[in-house]
Amino acid sequence: MVKFEITDLNIWFDSTQALKDVSMQVLANEILSIIGPSNSGKTTFLRMLNRLNDLNPRFKMNGDVRFDGEDISNIDVELLRRRIGMVFALPLPLPLSIFDNVAYGMKMAGIKSKKHLAQVVENALKHAYLWEEVKDRMNESAFKLSGGQQQRLCIARTLAVEPDVLLFDEPCSGLDPISTAKVEDAMVKLKEKYTIVLVTNNVKQAARVGDRTAFFLSGELIELDKTEKIFTVPQDKRTDGYIRGKFG
Amino acid sequence: MKRNSHRTQKIAFFFLFLATLLIVVPVGLILVIIIQKGLPAINWQFLSDIPRQGMRSGGIFPAIIGTVYLVTGAIIFALPIGLLAAIYLSEYSKDNLLNRVIKLAIVNLAGVPSVVYGLFGLALFVVFFKFGASILSGSLTLGIMILPIVITTSREALESVPQSFREVSLSLGASKWQTIRHIVLPNAVPGILTGTILGLGRAAGETAPILFTVAAFYLPQLPNSIFDQAMALPYHLYAISTQIPNVGEKIRYGTAFVLLALVLFMNLVAIIIRYKFRKKKKW
Repeated sequence: MVKFEITDLNIWFDSTQALKDVSMQVLANEILSIIGPSNSGKTTFLRMLNRLNDLNPRFKMNGDVRFDGEDISNIDVELLRRRIGMVFALPLPLPLSIFDNVAYGMKMAGIKSKKHLAQVVENALKHAYLWEEVKDRMNESAFKLSGGQQQRLCIARTLAVEPDVLLFDEPCSGLDPISTAKVEDAMVKLKEKYTIVLVTNNVKQAARVGDRTAFFLSGELIELDKTEKIFTVPQDKRTDGYIRGKFG
Repeated sequence: MKRNSHRTQKIAFFFLFLATLLIVVPVGLILVIIIQKGLPAINWQFLSDIPRQGMRSGGIFPAIIGTVYLVTGAIIFALPIGLLAAIYLSEYSKDNLLNRVIKLAIVNLAGVPSVVYGLFGLALFVVFFKFGASILSGSLTLGIMILPIVITTSREALESVPQSFREVSLSLGASKWQTIRHIVLPNAVPGILTGTILGLGRAAGETAPILFTVAAFYLPQLPNSIFDQAMALPYHLYAISTQIPNVGEKIRYGTAFVLLALVLFMNLVAIIIRYKFRKKKKW
């Protein structure tokens, strides 16, 4: 099943073109890894999916992007972002308590029942493998957690809104290997329920968790295929060069 | 070479220190003189009695009350309007020439001489709206005078909240207004309070804006409504210092002391509120 259908997508920031003629699909319940050097348009692509680019007044785009068959510019933007969650590169807790961080999205969606909130918060924290570490300190500031815990808190916060899609923007770039492994484990298990798009600078991470991998270079989609294929018999020699570490 | 740079550094430090001293010493002297000469005048009668014998004795109670009314009125008017304008300018307005000009104009309005605001208040509130010389006219005039300070500092406070917090909040499906209400505003409160403090201090101390709009030279009774005239500390101080011969030095410095203490007290309250917010701040 196709989750996102992207056709002839072009994106500019003022006169600088960030993405050129990108056409691709994101399939339901897959982990799609997006790799490529910096400035290749990976993050711009990701932020286009939940329309976070719209915040930038210099942003312009054309092309057709459909989410479950519906043009994303026709979907109410708050609703779209509730269905498409995002985890950012750096752990970015809100300046609230641990509980309020996870409950934030639901509260904003108008859910008031304390019992319901507590239940969803607990479930979300369990799915992000953080519950055991924080269950006795829910009212402490989220900033008291370690970096790895903060990032799992951010995942829990995103899960609590019960989205269909999870966007990860280099979620492990600030984490140590053990925390990275925990986050990757969480991602693989989340795949059953969610469609995941993972932007990563870490080629090995793409190889470990991705079902399919897309390679972006200078705003163009060079190649998109099953991860095993990309990493064993890439069709384009630029893909080959990048994953072998010849440039990037 | 090394000794030389060391000496340059010492000279630089000396001048930096001197500059700091030049600021601190006059402020300290003013405080010392006013406290030294004004404190002996302070007693219960001085604070609670009306002026007597052509203001040459008695107390300054009506002036204290008048100033409290005026400052309160100015804040009631300026804080909500200033805050809303600041939210619009920092969160909603697009970054185009018109809005840049508006922002620049607001910053520059803070530098307009206060007597100009006084004349403006006279023309608009006293004459045009027919509020007469009244607490209402005076409060509105003072409010307009401190609006640029409130707007500018509030806008800076709002803009200093990290953009990433806004993105996170929006990415969780919150609307723009929810993001402002729950994330941006609470984190901007200390900065907004600072702006309010600055505005308060200025409103309490200015003479010119209230001269034509509210201030009474002498009133034997307290104002009954916002449409009454009132006495006010800065104007009272001006009156007893220049308009009436043979007012005792004690009374003049006592009045100055009360005005100073009132402003410092207001600042203290705001600083305590700000401190509490900062302790609650979680980043």
